[in-house]
Order: sequence, then structure tokens, then C-alpha cells
Amino acid sequence: MTLHENTRRAGADAAGEDATAGATVPVTLTVNREVRHLTLDPRTTLLDALREHLRLTGTKKGCDHGQCGACTVIVEGRRINSCLSLAVMHDGEAVTTIEGLGTPERLHPMQKAFVTHDGFQCGYCTPGQICSAVAVLAEIADGIPSHVTADLADVRFSDAEVRERMSGNICRCAAYPNIIAAIRAVAEGAA
Amino acid sequence: MRFDQPATTNPIDRGRVVGVPHDRIDGPAKVTGTAPYAYERHDAAPDAAYGWIVGSAIARGRITAIDTRAAEAAPGVLGVVTHENAGPLGKGRFNTAHLLGGPAIEHYDQALALVVAETLEQARDAAALVRIDCVAEEGRFDLAAGIDGAEVPGPFFGKDPDSAAGDFDAAFAAAPVKVDQTYTTPDHSHAMMEPHATTALWADGRLTLWTSNQMVAWTVGEVARTLNMPPENIRLVSPYVGGGFGAKLFLRADALMAALGARHVGRPVKVALARPQVPNNTVHRPATIQRVRIGADRNGVIDAIAHESWSGNLPGGNVEMAAMQTRLLYGGRNRLTRHRIAALDLPEGNSMRAPGEAVGMLALEVAMDELAEACGVDPVELRIRNDVAYDPEAGPDRPFSSRPFVDCLRRGAERFGWSRRNPTPGRVRDGRWLVGMGMAAAFRGNQMSRSAARVGVDGRGTVTVETDMTDIGTGTYTILAQTAAETLGVPLEAVRVHLGDSRFPVAAGSGGQWGANSAASGVYAACMTLREALAQKAGFNAGDAVFENGAIVAGNRSVPIADVAGREGVWVEDAIEFGDLDKTYAQGTFGAHFCEVGVDAYTGEIRVRRMVGAFAAGRILNPKSARNQIIGAMTMGVGAALMEELVVDTRHGYFVNHDLAEYHVPVHADIPDQDVLFIEELDDKSSPLKAKGVGELGICGAGAAVANAVHNACGVRIRAYPLTLDKVLRGLGAVT
Amino acid sequence: MKPFTYERAESPAAAARAAARPGARFIAGGTNLLDLMKLRIETPRHLIDVNRLGLDRIEPTEDGGLRIGALVRNTDLAADRRVRRDYAVLSRALLAGASGQLRNKATTAGNLLQRTRCPYFYTTTMPCNKREPGSGCSAIDGFSRGLAILGTGAACIATHPSDMAVAMRVLDARVDTVAADGTRRSIPVADLHRLPGDTPHIETVLAPGELILSVTLPPPAGGTHLYRKVRDRASYAFALVSVAAVFGTDGTARFAFGGLAPKPWRAEAADAVAAQGPQAVAETVLAGATTTRHTAFKTDLTRRTLAAVYADAGRG
Repeated sequence: MTLHENTRRAGADAAGEDATAGATVPVTLTVNREVRHLTLDPRTTLLDALREHLRLTGTKKGCDHGQCGACTVIVEGRRINSCLSLAVMHDGEAVTTIEGLGTPERLHPMQKAFVTHDGFQCGYCTPGQICSAVAVLAEIADGIPSHVTADLADVRFSDAEVRERMSGNICRCAAYPNIIAAIRAVAEGAA
Repeated sequence: MRFDQPATTNPIDRGRVVGVPHDRIDGPAKVTGTAPYAYERHDAAPDAAYGWIVGSAIARGRITAIDTRAAEAAPGVLGVVTHENAGPLGKGRFNTAHLLGGPAIEHYDQALALVVAETLEQARDAAALVRIDCVAEEGRFDLAAGIDGAEVPGPFFGKDPDSAAGDFDAAFAAAPVKVDQTYTTPDHSHAMMEPHATTALWADGRLTLWTSNQMVAWTVGEVARTLNMPPENIRLVSPYVGGGFGAKLFLRADALMAALGARHVGRPVKVALARPQVPNNTVHRPATIQRVRIGADRNGVIDAIAHESWSGNLPGGNVEMAAMQTRLLYGGRNRLTRHRIAALDLPEGNSMRAPGEAVGMLALEVAMDELAEACGVDPVELRIRNDVAYDPEAGPDRPFSSRPFVDCLRRGAERFGWSRRNPTPGRVRDGRWLVGMGMAAAFRGNQMSRSAARVGVDGRGTVTVETDMTDIGTGTYTILAQTAAETLGVPLEAVRVHLGDSRFPVAAGSGGQWGANSAASGVYAACMTLREALAQKAGFNAGDAVFENGAIVAGNRSVPIADVAGREGVWVEDAIEFGDLDKTYAQGTFGAHFCEVGVDAYTGEIRVRRMVGAFAAGRILNPKSARNQIIGAMTMGVGAALMEELVVDTRHGYFVNHDLAEYHVPVHADIPDQDVLFIEELDDKSSPLKAKGVGELGICGAGAAVANAVHNACGVRIRAYPLTLDKVLRGLGAVT
Repeated sequence: MKPFTYERAESPAAAARAAARPGARFIAGGTNLLDLMKLRIETPRHLIDVNRLGLDRIEPTEDGGLRIGALVRNTDLAADRRVRRDYAVLSRALLAGASGQLRNKATTAGNLLQRTRCPYFYTTTMPCNKREPGSGCSAIDGFSRGLAILGTGAACIATHPSDMAVAMRVLDARVDTVAADGTRRSIPVADLHRLPGDTPHIETVLAPGELILSVTLPPPAGGTHLYRKVRDRASYAFALVSVAAVFGTDGTARFAFGGLAPKPWRAEAADAVAAQGPQAVAETVLAGATTTRHTAFKTDLTRRTLAAVYADAGRG
């Protein structure tokens, strides 16, 4: 029998606190074209700033560790995992969330395609899938290669390209083929 | 409405709305992020504080001291709940371990404390300041070591752990062709995308839980038992569930701890499990060791079949019923199934999508492939030869209600191009890929459960359906709307569906693939009662009246139901009650999986190239969402075949790979096109809708088809799932 | 996540000075550091945000190589036309790692400095010499499937998880830094990471506050560039084994390996036998490998992956 403490102490835990640690900081974000002023604990992730402070709960927390993609948003035109970024690091930047793409009455073409092609089941990974999908089409258009691009100098749309590029968005319900169909439909419609 | 005679022609048979592939009516809310999940109820609890669970660092032992002072003194902390201040707690019937541990610790990451603070950051930080001293005790963590002492479990949902017919031992000994193999499946994690989450609010001694739960009424009862309070003082709301797969069938620590935390601090509290806590704090599908023995003649006709399965669980926990399908799927006079359970001190094992069959088919259907090889009979033909029209344990007096199994096999094979398969393993090459084809049967029992609904129509002709049924991604909102629209003769757009609130009538809930058929039948029952009420109010004879185009029609008289409803509307409530047709008849859902894989001749990496499945599950209420259920389940089967494994650290007694980076589930790149074919059939003994469930059928056998394809590709037979490349390499020839 | 002070650095020198304080850490992409901070595996008291230091350009060097700013995002580095054309192994390695979202945030310097994915390092209730020096290694007798077989020690068998670093190693990249006192130095990427020895918690030769400014690639060497990553699913998983290879037109070849060691692994002796074929290379690289029951397959897998790489290069 051994005596355990519940939590092992990590790193420099015992060191004294800095007097200013924990103080809140002002952060300004442009979220879905609207300027938002926040005062945040610097530990607040972009994800929690959106969900808990701005109450934009369309962006989901699936793992909080960059392992699932449910928190994907578009920052300054690029998709990122909002869980692995502090809000304060994005001071002054523009963020697009699922709420900024469309509304139930006025769906973004990608949102509409997800409904038409049944590209979801439980809906929890869906906003991240859609934000990612919108960005993926832009990445392909911009000529950014992927792991499955046969010729690094020749980037073009294919189902295999989309599957690889969407692999950072896990769907445990696994509507994967339907998601690919939705993205393909948007790509072909835009072409 | 009681269902104890086979269904006759009824309004559902019109097939104008039901059976048509509709888009989901909850789609616009989900694709815009406006559907509220349990942790997102700023509308209902805008001042909710944040709870963070502290889990046990050991698997088994006792708490000797808890010191919460540092945590309570931390910035923003409102309180800390532990077993010392939580008050007396009962335990739910469906829980094996206590949801709040202490002083006894029953498994690793069992909740021992909840820290509540003003912000998430403060709660998470202060959770690390809770000091819990404990004495660890020896535990049992290794299933393989535990099977010698395994015991006969009690019945599981009324099913006996053992069954037998004829004389298996004698028949197997005499059989000219024998397969006798042992297969293992590891612990699996549900890994739904939304972690368990709850927002709790107390007001005047009444508790409201906005939570992510598959079974609303069950869980109200469990909350009542655990908190020792009357169920009528509990409201549970679960309109959107971010995936469940069985992980959210029961009351879990998020809901209990949120309730305790909210009571302790006098404010609403919300709690979500951190992803790394999910596998060890909650439930998982238990690992199995399965021995399958099949004795057949030289043509592959089975005369003796035995399936034995061992699994583990915490004392008092359920056994994994992995041999269930073997009682019904194939003929043969001499039969035996047996389940044994070993006591383990790992986290609690419980139901995950198609409990029993999902892993049972991983063993049985590979054994069938081995039998096909041993007999030199094509695997599809082998299964056709062993088809049986009745429950083979009970005999011809218990026929199947419907069993288009052979249709599934033949039509699936044709769609896939099975005739092009080279039966000799390792003969087909495409560049660096060794290419193989495999198939397996799909089978899952058909269960029904009482289900109630309230249905009303208002003066504008809008129909509203209310039931505590849940939609966990299954498409329930849509099929219930379709059922109401069809039965009442209104367009789909005229129907509103409200789900997942314990103030609504009690439905079957989402589990065991009973949800769609049962809940839609419940809505059908309520709609038929509403038709009577409307007809009577309008002065029609209900038997003569036809409901169509939003009106009641009889002879040359037609009255809009909106007018009949009037300003006050008409509301009724009814339920479907199932008789014993599932005892008179064996009932099941059937299918056939076909799969092509590539095995990298150098590295042993396996890639699924295409999948085809043919399935029969009665009337398919919405082919669009049903197909989605099937492909999702097939993918979970691919995961089970190729990558999913909760790794047990048998020294410390916990699952080592407890997050989504280390517990691999299939990603987009793992899944090719999947082709799903539904065999048209109506099962009039299953329900008034003549439907059956499809939510779990797709996983049953899918992984075995992958494993059989791997064998066909490279000649390596792996009987320990998952088929990771290291196991492939052991059998793969040297590269040249 | 423990409370910390946050400041945005205005210049590389100021950043280095600020980060020389005890408990200070740079943050750039944050994709690894924040992950670990949430688990309290990293507990910095001061975060120095270096994202706006302008170290995000890719420029030619005087000798015809490339200087890659420390803050160039993985996506931009992989997509750079010069990198795609002249250092394809680097593009390939980057694109084999993580996900599109993570590559959009992760930086060149941060990628080099990412920490192991050993599951015991990640589980704070378990002993781990890297996380808590002297507490013991849970992995050696535990679950070690993803861990190292080369360069390990009795204290730690953790793997360096980067793909990019493996390509940097085969390309003989150099890491340019500035220290808190303003001193600049250039470190061969070969020397950046330390083997665990008795101090697995010390992972690089960088001093406290020392800031990576850029990574410099030598002039293009031409040849056929390949990166072959073997993993447990088709995408979004760490390597079991990876091989970065540059085959020269003269029959020479150079190899570096991921998934096998606590640092991006290179064995120059193996390169010397490249002309003899993959088996000779494998035997040379694997000399001295120490495996566990979970990592034993990695020797065979390394041999076979090398054979695949030779085949893909048309040298099989």
C-alpha cells in the first residue's frame, strides 16, 4: 500500500506568484465584422472568449487540446483551432465564426450544402467542419499544397485533397462521405 | 395504443412523407451553430458559475484526508464539493461505481471533488490545489489474468447469459470441418464529440438540469435516487446531444456534480468533463476474449456452433453480451453460447453502440471467413447455406418476423462486384498495395420499448409534437415530424417537434437502436388519437375520414383541421405499448458488408478503399438520415477494426491513451466512399410503422469485413483487434 | 493553467531580455505550449508573446540558401515556392504533420521546440522524469508503442514528435538565436536537441531567454526529396516511423528519421552505405537500438520504410 497525493506538482509550481499575474487585460476583437471590447483574464482562450464572454456558442469545445477541430474559426482569413490560442494574442484581429457565415434564414452556401447533403448528425462538430470547409476551398484556390498533392507545384481540387485537408475535423458520427459531397457541391457551384 | 397483432394497412402506408429522403428539420439550427447544447444555456442560466471536476489519481483505495483550503482561498472560488460535504447520496440503478467517490475510491479518475469558481480559468486552476491523500489498494486490471476466476453473470436486460440446444460437444467432435479460434477485442471509447456536460439550477428545492443525455426519464429517476429527492422536483432538458453512442444513456458525474455544486454555492453551475477525463471518468465498451467453435460438413453447412465470451467489469457491472447474435444468425442443431464476467477495477464498462453484437460480430464473422476458407466455399455462399428462417435455438415454432438476409447478401455482392474477388489471398497487387476483398454479415436484434407523445394542432393548422425522446444525431426530429405529417395529412413544414424535456410524455429514448421505431410509433399512436378527437369534434366518423392536404375528408365533405382545432386547439396524448410479438417471433435487422482494402506491402499500413453494404430494417422512415446512420456506424466499425483501443496500464489500472490525440478514431482521410443499399421490406410484426432500427446495424460486422479483406489482401489472419500494422508485419513476407 | 503575466514583445532583444526572468516562456503559435499549460505540465509565470516581432519572412541568403523566420507558419513554409521547388522534403514533412488548422498557427521555431507526446508525460498523476525529474519513467515498462528506440536512456524513452525537424535535420539546417544579453549564435540543428541522459527535462541547448530568430537552410542540393511517414491512421497522427530522404544524382543519399529517437535522428554512417541499399542503411541506423515489447516492431518497420523510400525514389 502506498500513500498518494492526488496531484503531482509540476514544474515551478512552488515559486511565488507575480504580483500582476492574474490581472485582467483589455482585448479588442472584430468578430463577424463587429468590433467587440473585452476585459479578460489572460488565460482565456479565444474559444472561451467566444463561447463564454461573447456568448457565441456556435463554436464548439470538443477536446480543448487541438485534437478534434470542433473549435475551428477563421482568424484573419485563416482557419485555426481557437482552443489553442489565447484571446489576448489576437488583440486587434478579425475573427469569423459560424454565426458570421450565415443564419438559419440566410444560410451560407456551405451551410446549405451541409443540410442538403446531410453532412452531419449530432451537429456538434458541424460548425468547425463548415468553417474548415470554407477555408479549405480558399487554401486550394490559393495553391497551398497538402500531404496528398502529387505534384507540389500543381494544386487542384479533388475528393482526396478534401479528405486530407479536412482530417483535422473529427466527426465521430462519421458523416464523412456526406461532408465531402457537400464541399464538392460548393466547389463545383463556385467553379 | 396497444400493438399486439401484426399491423394492417394504415395511414403510414401512403408513403407521401414517411419513407421519403427529407433534409433534417433541425439542420438549419445545427449548421449555423444556433442549436443550444447543454453547456451553452446562457439563455436559461446567464449567471452560471463554472465547475471543474477533480478525478482520482489512483484506481482503487481510500481517501485518508482532503484539504480544500488552498482551493477555497484561490481567486474566484465559490466553493468545493467533496464526499465530506455533499450530504447523503444514493446510487442510481444504472451506475456501477459511485459518481462521487470517497472515502472509497472505485476507479481511476472517479470524481472526488468539484471546484466551483466565477470563471472556467479560476475553477480549473483551483482544482489543482485540492489536496487529496489516499491509500492505494491492490486492484485487478488485466482481463486475460482474470478469466480463470470469471463468474456467471446475472441476466442482462432479461437475457440469460447461457444458452444451449442439442449436443454441441458431440456434434463438434464429429464434424468433418472445424474452426476453433479465439479472438480478442480491446476496450473502446465512445469518443462522442461533445464531452458530458450539464448546467444545473436550483429554485425552491426544485432542480433543473440542462444536460446531454440519451434517456431523459431514466435519468430523472437516477437523479432522484442519487440525490434522495422526489422525481417530480426534477426537470431534465436535453434537446440536443452532441453524440452519445451509449456514453450518455445514464446519469454521469457532470450532471451530479453540477447539481451538487449549484446547491453548494447557491447559484447555477455548469460542468463539462475535460476531454482527457472522459475515457477514465465515464464508461467504455469492455474488452472481450471470445472463443468461437464451428463444426460443419464439407459443404460448409453448420451442425455445431459455440460462442463463449469473457469480459470484465467493476463488481456488480454488466457483462458484454458478445455471443448474442450467435443465438440467431446461423442454423445448426447443436449450439452453445456462454458469457462469463471477471471482476476488474478499471473504470466502469457499459453499453456502447450495439453492445454485444458490435464486438461479437468481430469474432463470429471472422470465424465464418475461416470456415469458408477451410471448406473451400465462397464466404457469401457459405452464409446463404446457413441461413435459417426461425430462431435456431427455439426451433421452427419461433419464426423470424422477417429475414431478408439472403437478399442482402446477394444484392450487396452484386453491387460490390464480389464475383471479381480472387479467393486466394495475396494475389492482387496495385503498385505497392496488396489489394483484398472481404465481407461479413450484419445482424442486430430489434427491440421495442413503450413510447408516449403529446400531439396538438392549433387554429393555423400547425401540428406540434412533444415527447421526451432525444435526437442524438439520429434524425429523430425529422422522422417524428414525418410521422405526424403523414398520419395527419399535413405538409412536413406544418409540424413542430419539441424533444428532450422531462415535462413531455415519456418516450423510448435513444439506445439499442429502438429509438426511431418506438418513438415514431408513439407519435403515430398519439396522431391516431388526435384524428379521432378531430373527427369527433367535426362530426365525422373517424373510421371513414381521410386526413389529407390539411383537412378531414369524408364523402364530399372536407374541413380544414385548423378550423376544427379552433383558437383553443386540440391536444391529445397517447403511447404505443408493445405486446409479445417479439416473443412470438424472432426479430432482427440484417445486412451484408463488403469491403476492399489495400495493405502496403512495405509498411503494413491498411487503407479501406471502398465499402458497400446492403441492409434490411423494415420500413426506412427517412432514407437520407438512415443512410447517414449506417455509414457512421460502418466507420465506427472501421475504427474498431483498424485503430481503436483503450490501452490498459495494468500496473496503475487506467486507460493510458485518454484523449483524442492518442485514442485514434477514423478521420476524413481514413474513409472512402461508402455505398448503402436498403432492401425494401415492411415488418408488420415490429410496429404499426412496420419499421425497425438502423442506428446500430451498420457497425455490426463492418469491422469483420475489413479484417477479412485484410486477410484476402495479404494472407495475414489477425485475431487480436485492432489490426495495427505491427500485427500485419508479423505475418507479411519480406520486402524485395 | 496557472496565472501568468502576459506581455507582447516589441523587439527580439527585448523579448530575450524579458524571457530571461525565472518562469518566463515565449509564446508564438501556442499550439503545444497552451495544450501543456492547460494540463499544468507547463506552468510559466510570464508569457512573452513574440508573434509580432516581424520574424515571419523567408529570405534568400548570400550563399544561395534560405533564411526562414522563426515565426513563419508551417503552412506558409510548406507552401513557399522556393521550398516546394528546392527543399521538397521540408514541404512534405510539414504537410505530413498535424492538421491544416494547427499548421496555420504553428511556427518554425515552435515546431523545433515541441515536446514529446509520451502519454505518461501527458498524465500528471503518473511518474515521468521529463515532467518531474527523479520521479521515474512510467513508459519503459508501460505503454510505449509510440516511443523511441535510439538515443534513449534509463531515465526516458520519449520521442521527439516533429516531422518538420526531421526534414531540417536531413537538410543540415542551422538555428540562429539571440540570447538575453544580445549575443547571437548559430547552432546546427543536429546540436539543438539534447539526448535525455539523466536529465530528460532539459531538451535543448538553448539558454533561458535565448530566442530563435530564424532557421537557415544551406543552398539547394538538388536530388530527389522524399518524406515517408508511417502512422496509425491516414492523417492527423504522430509518426510511428518517418524517413526524410534526399537522393543525390550521383548515387549518394542522406536520411533522417522521426518516431525513433528523442531528437530528429541522423546517422551519417548510414548515409555512407546508401549505395548498398536500404537494408545496409537500416542495419547501420539501427545498430544500438533498444526496444521494448511495444516498440520492437519499429526495427522491422524502419527497414521496410527505408525499402519503400528507395522504391519510391526509383532506387528499389
